[in-house]
Amino acid sequence: MTTATRAPTATQRTNVDRFLTLIRIALITFVTVGLLAFIAQQISPTNPFAEWANPGADRLTGSAFRELVISGLNIGVMYGLIALGYSMVYGVLGFINFAHGEVFMWSVMSGWITSEKLFEAGLWEDFFIPALLFTVLVSVTVSTTLAVVMERVAYRPLRGSPRLIPLITSIGVSFFLQNVAIGLFGPAAKRYPQLPEWMSKRYEVFGIPGLEVEGTKILIFVVSTISMVGLWYYVERTKTGKAMRAVAEDKEIAALMGIDVDKTIVRTFAVGGAMAGVAGILWGLLFRSVVATTGFLPGIKAFTAAVLGGVGNLGGAMAGGITLGVGESVGPLVLLEPLGIPGVSQLKDAVAFVLLIAVLLFKPSGLFGERLSAEDRA
Amino acid sequence: MKLSKKILVLLGILLSFAMIAAACGSDDDSDETATTDEPAETTDEPAAEEPAAEEPAAEEPAAAPAGDYLGDGSLGVVTVASGEAVQIRSLEAITGDVAFLGLPNERATSFAVADYGQIKGFDVSVGTGLDDLCSAEGGQAAAQTIVADEQVVGVIGTSCSGAATAAAPLISESGGVLISPSNTSPALTSDLAGTAGENYNVGYYRTAHNDLFQGAAMANFVFTDLGLTTAAAIHDGDPYTQGLAQSFADAFTELGGEVTGFTGVGKEDTDMVPVLTEVAAATPEALFFPIFQPAGDFIAAQAPTVPGLEATVLLAADGLLVDGFLELPESEGMYFSGPDTRFGENVNEATGKNASDILTAYEAEYGEAPSAPFWGHSYDATTLLLEAIDAASYLDGDNLVIDRAGIREYFSTVAGFSGIIGSISCDDFGDCGSQKITVIEHLSSADIEASKANVVFEFAPA
Repeated sequence: MTTATRAPTATQRTNVDRFLTLIRIALITFVTVGLLAFIAQQISPTNPFAEWANPGADRLTGSAFRELVISGLNIGVMYGLIALGYSMVYGVLGFINFAHGEVFMWSVMSGWITSEKLFEAGLWEDFFIPALLFTVLVSVTVSTTLAVVMERVAYRPLRGSPRLIPLITSIGVSFFLQNVAIGLFGPAAKRYPQLPEWMSKRYEVFGIPGLEVEGTKILIFVVSTISMVGLWYYVERTKTGKAMRAVAEDKEIAALMGIDVDKTIVRTFAVGGAMAGVAGILWGLLFRSVVATTGFLPGIKAFTAAVLGGVGNLGGAMAGGITLGVGESVGPLVLLEPLGIPGVSQLKDAVAFVLLIAVLLFKPSGLFGERLSAEDRA
Repeated sequence: MKLSKKILVLLGILLSFAMIAAACGSDDDSDETATTDEPAETTDEPAAEEPAAEEPAAEEPAAAPAGDYLGDGSLGVVTVASGEAVQIRSLEAITGDVAFLGLPNERATSFAVADYGQIKGFDVSVGTGLDDLCSAEGGQAAAQTIVADEQVVGVIGTSCSGAATAAAPLISESGGVLISPSNTSPALTSDLAGTAGENYNVGYYRTAHNDLFQGAAMANFVFTDLGLTTAAAIHDGDPYTQGLAQSFADAFTELGGEVTGFTGVGKEDTDMVPVLTEVAAATPEALFFPIFQPAGDFIAAQAPTVPGLEATVLLAADGLLVDGFLELPESEGMYFSGPDTRFGENVNEATGKNASDILTAYEAEYGEAPSAPFWGHSYDATTLLLEAIDAASYLDGDNLVIDRAGIREYFSTVAGFSGIIGSISCDDFGDCGSQKITVIEHLSSADIEASKANVVFEFAPA
């Protein structure tokens, strides 16, 4: 009897495995052909292989490639900063907080309101640095408060319930926050005021000739690096950080050790919110535009980045973000364009998600490995 | 409960297929809208396709006076009882991102109804403005509401071509008419050479131009006036933007220019560096992106920062010819194609009003100038519909009887009607608008009105 009931499950499993193997092979073939076509095209756009893959191909110039990488890195560090919030909450509570993208959007929104008011008062142009610092302060405060209130109102009452319940609640919270933003500010795109000229000028970086990056983008790299190092220090070197790691490891034992679990969870949300706040203001400075749906796609991408790097792993979240950003920026032109696929830039998001699949297929625990609680590992 | 990796992988694969399908799906659309060599139907007499009336005999009055009204009753009649109003409807994009386009249309319709006054002693009611949501779904839902009410004799709308694609078949089948002030897709009417578009329906008319010419106008301007020989085009997957980008590319190639890139972006994209790098590879001298906000904002802002595009001339179409975009400093120096909006002293022959009368009333009522250029088209479309109702109706005792077939008959005979937008004549496929396209050069984001009047090129097909 047992064999009879077991048999179909076994075949099913092998079928799924076979299917996944097929996908693995297809992915490797596709990437290999794409890369070969790219290399062929770079050697000479008129060589037979490049001609066969994409007649009328153009060589990707060095400066264009550099531009793609820089833009990818830029988006990537912002994905990474948002991903930290997903990863930390997952580490501590074991569910994906889908409303985190909306926390990010609210930060971009409050950055817009603050900078617009400062601009109207004439302070944005005359005292740019203090005005910007003030804007960052307001945005980070808003996003931190929002994350903490969200935890208190929506998630704490559900503590101890099955994990699917806070997950679904988080989707509800996400819709709520998005619609409140539409209700308050309307559906139209809001615009950040113009940045001073020295921000949008290009600067040579590390004295490398040709490697010129805009001021805004340099600022994004610097601020993200500082935030990331700060967070690492906070989690790995302070007592509160230790408490966080302990709660992530095992809530009950942490409580027995005298750690206030609720307080620690609130702190985790606050730190995640603050990181989303920093990412939000950087996003606002780079794109200078915000709508109520701004948080959706970056939110999904950051979640992808968190899984890519390994859920619960902070360094992994950042690295995942950068990998994803660079991948989706460079991928279409390096892998797809040499194959003669038309309109490759429209496939940017598809490239990002295929990258996620590839990582899950070949290294299921993410690039840098998961850090799960004792309960999850069991 | 551990997150099952296999389920996650399968979910991811599904998601990616969905993304790819979404991207490819719109590509297919472009081919369909762009290809006019394979017509869906090649009839010179669209009227032959008119659907049979559902209840013709039942409502036909026995003692209809012959000769002094249009129509043969083949689509049924609408009887308006004494003291009631003639019902028409407005179907525009009045919420969401594209409300800037639909709201001025809806408002102009209500001005036209007020200015026109009564039809044979009967008031005209527009009812509550319906929303086309600028999508096929919105157009279909609203059209269903409209055809469910048998008293409605005509509809002014839609704002977006995508909405008309779904709304026009329903309204056409019910025997009604749909007159759009701002649809420009060639698929909705014809290629202007006698071949019906694939989404053509009898009973569909428009006072807006046909986009075949907008693309051609821009191509002519770039090639002959600016003297540029290489250009690239970017669309956002929408039928309107794809059709326009394609017609630009076709016309530019035909003139002898070289199209170095033709690609698309997502409407939600913010980082345009990858797509701009893609087109920058061939360093085009001109870049045409007939899309909407907010994606258009990002292209305008990021293009000058991409190596290879620093000196490229940026061009856009009427979708970005809106105050919100022109106010951006990044849009300075760009060229925009669009309908000729220099209405001057043109007078609408039905109401005797000219453009400045309407604009004055508009600003007094709403405290702002119209946010999109099609309010004049909407005003004229509405007066045409009212004229058609007048021509196709007669008094039967105290009641007003309107012949649905007569309304269509009126439109097929419109020639030289003097409107705000100029002289209006309808062709066999419902194109009634002036086909004159102008290109403006945007000089200063601080003075939008001056830029709008700064016409540097005019194009009218022979």
